[in-house]
Amino acid sequence: MFDELRDLYQEVILDHGKNPRNFRRPEDATCLAHGNNPVCGDTLVIYLTLDSDERIQDAAFQGQGCAISVASASMMTDILKGKTATEAKRLFEGFHNMCTRDDFDISQLSDCDEDAIDRLVMLSGVKEFPIRVKCATLAWHTMQAAVSGDEETSTE
Amino acid sequence: MNKPSNVVEMTPETNLGDNSTAAYDIEKIRADFPILSREVYGKPLVYLDNGASAQKPRQVIDAISEVFEQYYSNVHRGVHWTSQQSTTAFEGGRSKVAKFLNAPSENEIIFTRGATESINLVAHSWGRTFLKAGDEVIISHMEHHANIVPWQMLRQELGIDLKVVPIDDDGNFMFDEYENLLSPKTKLVAVTHVSNALGSVVPVKDVIEKAHAQGALVLLDGCQAVPHAAVDVQDLDVDFYVFSGHKLYGPTGIGVLWGREDLLNSMTPYQTGGEMISSVTFEKTTFKKAPHRFEAGTPAIAEAIGLGVAIDYVQAIGLDNIAAHEHGVLQYATERLLTIEGLKIIGTAKEKAAIISFDLDGVHPHDLGTFVDRAGVAVRVGHHCAQPVMDRFGVAATARASFGLYNTRGEVDALVDALEETRKFFG
Ligand SMILES: Cc1ncc(COP(=O)(O)O)c(C=O)c1O
Repeated sequence: MFDELRDLYQEVILDHGKNPRNFRRPEDATCLAHGNNPVCGDTLVIYLTLDSDERIQDAAFQGQGCAISVASASMMTDILKGKTATEAKRLFEGFHNMCTRDDFDISQLSDCDEDAIDRLVMLSGVKEFPIRVKCATLAWHTMQAAVSGDEETSTE
Repeated sequence: MNKPSNVVEMTPETNLGDNSTAAYDIEKIRADFPILSREVYGKPLVYLDNGASAQKPRQVIDAISEVFEQYYSNVHRGVHWTSQQSTTAFEGGRSKVAKFLNAPSENEIIFTRGATESINLVAHSWGRTFLKAGDEVIISHMEHHANIVPWQMLRQELGIDLKVVPIDDDGNFMFDEYENLLSPKTKLVAVTHVSNALGSVVPVKDVIEKAHAQGALVLLDGCQAVPHAAVDVQDLDVDFYVFSGHKLYGPTGIGVLWGREDLLNSMTPYQTGGEMISSVTFEKTTFKKAPHRFEAGTPAIAEAIGLGVAIDYVQAIGLDNIAAHEHGVLQYATERLLTIEGLKIIGTAKEKAAIISFDLDGVHPHDLGTFVDRAGVAVRVGHHCAQPVMDRFGVAATARASFGLYNTRGEVDALVDALEETRKFFG
């Protein structure tokens, strides 16, 4: 019955949704932000540990949400470790465009970490489900807010 | 698994009058709703989100087209033919609403944009005139945000207190607690007639009697009640009653505030401008009486006429027949849903309207919504604008199936099949 949904709900995503990575609150986090999606009640807290060069030493999250938003947060925190805040921002913009724009050209991200791109491409399956785009991008919006020092953010 | 005690055992074959019977010709009724014959994702549309908004019968759609094609004009303003026709039809809508609620007078029917505006109107025009610091307003734990926030605003503005009647684990209104909250300080009891998130029916007659004994007024939020059962404001002896047209098979942008005429005429206007004044000079303006006092500006003309036709429609079928039909579907759905492993119904009150909120173990409601949607089944997922209810049951969101006069047990089966498949997918 649900063949079309397999593109979005792939095994990897289901696995991250059920067994999220980096699901914890690090003692040494240097910034955090709360994100919520008022439409469905998803709430996330993203914790980042940035060093003096603005490089992300650790990324973690807590909260609750649907399979897509939890998987996205789980994958994002994996991806961000070792990246600079500027790289994180570029990935977010790339991912956002991937999820929302028909004219998105993957070569824009050709100099980015290939493994990260593969994962983001997988999650960008939400493009076919416009109402779910916010689920996939909530963690990224929240991460961006943490980096810029806004403690509260919302996808509305 | 918590099974409501009032659900009778039955097999899928048990006939509760779902299929064509002389009394309730479901096929004929369904044929009146053009959208019900369409497909989504190649599957028949199964529309189970009536609590959010109901579909419209051909009669309502045609009536609205007719307004614009045949006689549309502004109301109450022109001497010309179209204005007279429009005014007559518009006021005819008001008169139908009055009969629908068994209101003593048509002057007591105020057209608003919907229940939200109706409640805000009472908070503004009655609340600001009659409430002062220290007065108390009682609501319940299962109000829609529309019946919480306007009172919170008054609390901020006037220093009134807001008291909340708790609900028990089944979602029943806790009457004893309500009685304890009532006091001479209570000026208004504003509660829902039927909970949109849980389906619980509040024992409103007893609520009203106790409130009046303390000298308090009562406002009922009838959004989820009027589509499911006949309401008689005189028999209830209530003071204000509100509902939205779009949940009653009528158009959006039109709703109703009913209030006792003496009360309405003692209240200050809501918005001011054209249509609601007796005379204006730069020194002084005098206001018309209800309903026009509260209907500043050009109203939703075609929508009010459409609402009248929606009321004709449900009355032709008969609210009692609708209630009986929906009760059968509710019982069947409750029984069938509980056969799904890991499914828990949230809201198992003694008396319920045709609304079922549920949680499926291991599947977040938002994912569930996306999955059943692909099977053509429309359910609502989220907090249903009733976050305190979600908090009470310790969930962020639920899935909700809410049934209307056209839903069938076959559609319940489609929902159940889709849920079984979803459960397996996430299994
Ligand atoms: C119980 C209840 N009250 C109030 C409302 C608000 O109605 P509207 O959005 O039409 O103003 C709703 C609709 O969701 C409702 O179910």
